[in-house]
Amino acid sequence: MSTPVSDLMKTPLNAAHRALNAKMVDFGGWDMPVQYPGGIIAEHEAVRTRAGLFDVSHMGEIRVKGPGALALVEHLTPNAVANLAIGQVHYTAFLYENGTFVDDLLVYREGEQEFLLVVNAGNSDKDFAWVQQHAPAYDCTVVNESPATGQIALQGPLSLSILQPLTKTALAPIGYYFFTHGEVAGIKCLISRTGYTGEDGFELYCAAGDTEPLWNAVLEAGRPLSLAPAGLGCRNTLRLECKMALYGHEIDDSIHALEAGLGWIVKLDKGDFIGRAALLAAKAAPAPRKLVGFKTLEKRDIARDHMPVVQDGKQIGFVTSAAPSPTCGINLGLAYVPTELAKVGGRIQIEIRSRAVDAEIIPTPFYKRAK
Amino acid sequence: MFPADLKYTKDHEWLKPAGDGTALVGITQYAQDALGDVVFVDLPEVGAAFAAGEEFGTVESVKTVSELNMPAAGEVLEVNAALAEHPEAVNEDPYGKGWMVKVKLTGDLAGLLDAKAYEALVSAESH
Repeated sequence: MSTPVSDLMKTPLNAAHRALNAKMVDFGGWDMPVQYPGGIIAEHEAVRTRAGLFDVSHMGEIRVKGPGALALVEHLTPNAVANLAIGQVHYTAFLYENGTFVDDLLVYREGEQEFLLVVNAGNSDKDFAWVQQHAPAYDCTVVNESPATGQIALQGPLSLSILQPLTKTALAPIGYYFFTHGEVAGIKCLISRTGYTGEDGFELYCAAGDTEPLWNAVLEAGRPLSLAPAGLGCRNTLRLECKMALYGHEIDDSIHALEAGLGWIVKLDKGDFIGRAALLAAKAAPAPRKLVGFKTLEKRDIARDHMPVVQDGKQIGFVTSAAPSPTCGINLGLAYVPTELAKVGGRIQIEIRSRAVDAEIIPTPFYKRAK
Repeated sequence: MFPADLKYTKDHEWLKPAGDGTALVGITQYAQDALGDVVFVDLPEVGAAFAAGEEFGTVESVKTVSELNMPAAGEVLEVNAALAEHPEAVNEDPYGKGWMVKVKLTGDLAGLLDAKAYEALVSAESH
């Protein structure tokens, strides 16, 4: 049974999406645009070649502040928080003791003793409870700012050209995975050079009530450069081409950080953190499975999320995410397979509607933007 | 949106009788809109015979896949070969260039909906 629309959570841009004739879907309890009338392929193409504008206000924001804030965030996440400069962002995770994922997130260092944690919409309540559960041992406050915060993501090679005329803040000097505070179209924002598409771009955080004027101002400014509003459909194909993890697919509470290929966010030498002991042990023993990228060999064979990887009629792995790739023009996917099969050029079989079809393991990311 | 000369299934296929015992089959405007950008249509061999309601192929979009079910018993006389190169015709012209198979009807059209009944069904599903 699907949830009645009236019971779904809505971002501050709900009416704006409907006015743009978006197709709305239930995304983890949120009423979100999956696409606008242009369609997923056109929106995907817009982000790769020009720019697209996404509503990501459903994401959760948790602010941790106080003398114990650094120590708490170090305890909760595997990446080295102490190495973050003020104004810098990094990708990291909340892990359980066994090294599997509570969620993945971004950590923004707002000050020496202040951090903004940006988490997935569907995990937001669980994450806030997780942080609160561990916070009492640390001298800091934890505030769930999600309902008060809106966020839009301007992504694509023309993002800077579109955004710069709307702000006095010099955008070019902001490095990838750095942020600053400034005004965009007269609206106070956290301006972050980050994204989930593999393209250059900016994510803008603002007060919930300012989201719609901000969205309209950016859309208007981008009109001469053919900026397109972009939905969750192309957000998924864009991130898949770049092998960016999606919770519930590549990562969840049954997959640990090393087998997910996210060893680069795990700093085992930074001191203790939740999950460290398990990951230390996992590092000593070779992982039995590994996340690989594949393409199916026939045009008609389109793998989809959660399909089995099979060998001699037995399941040996599973597809995490898969789709026809608009940029690459082939049918791509990511899958967990036994480590001994995880070699580029190797063949695996995916079971698509009771038929075992051939796929080849290929290098990832599938797409990388030209520098 | 609901051409009156077509018969419809509750699974959103249409069937257009030619009056000579043959008919064209495709998917409706509502179905193509729900699927989004179509990237591949897997169609049967000419000569294949299907019972009413039997799966005869699949239609794949960027985000999902849907089975194609035969609206009425029939034998495939022709498939729309143009869809191999231009699957987007299903989105652009679902009742015209987006047709999928031509069948020789081997049974009756009982159980199919007329345009008015189908419109009522779609209206109920959209709200």
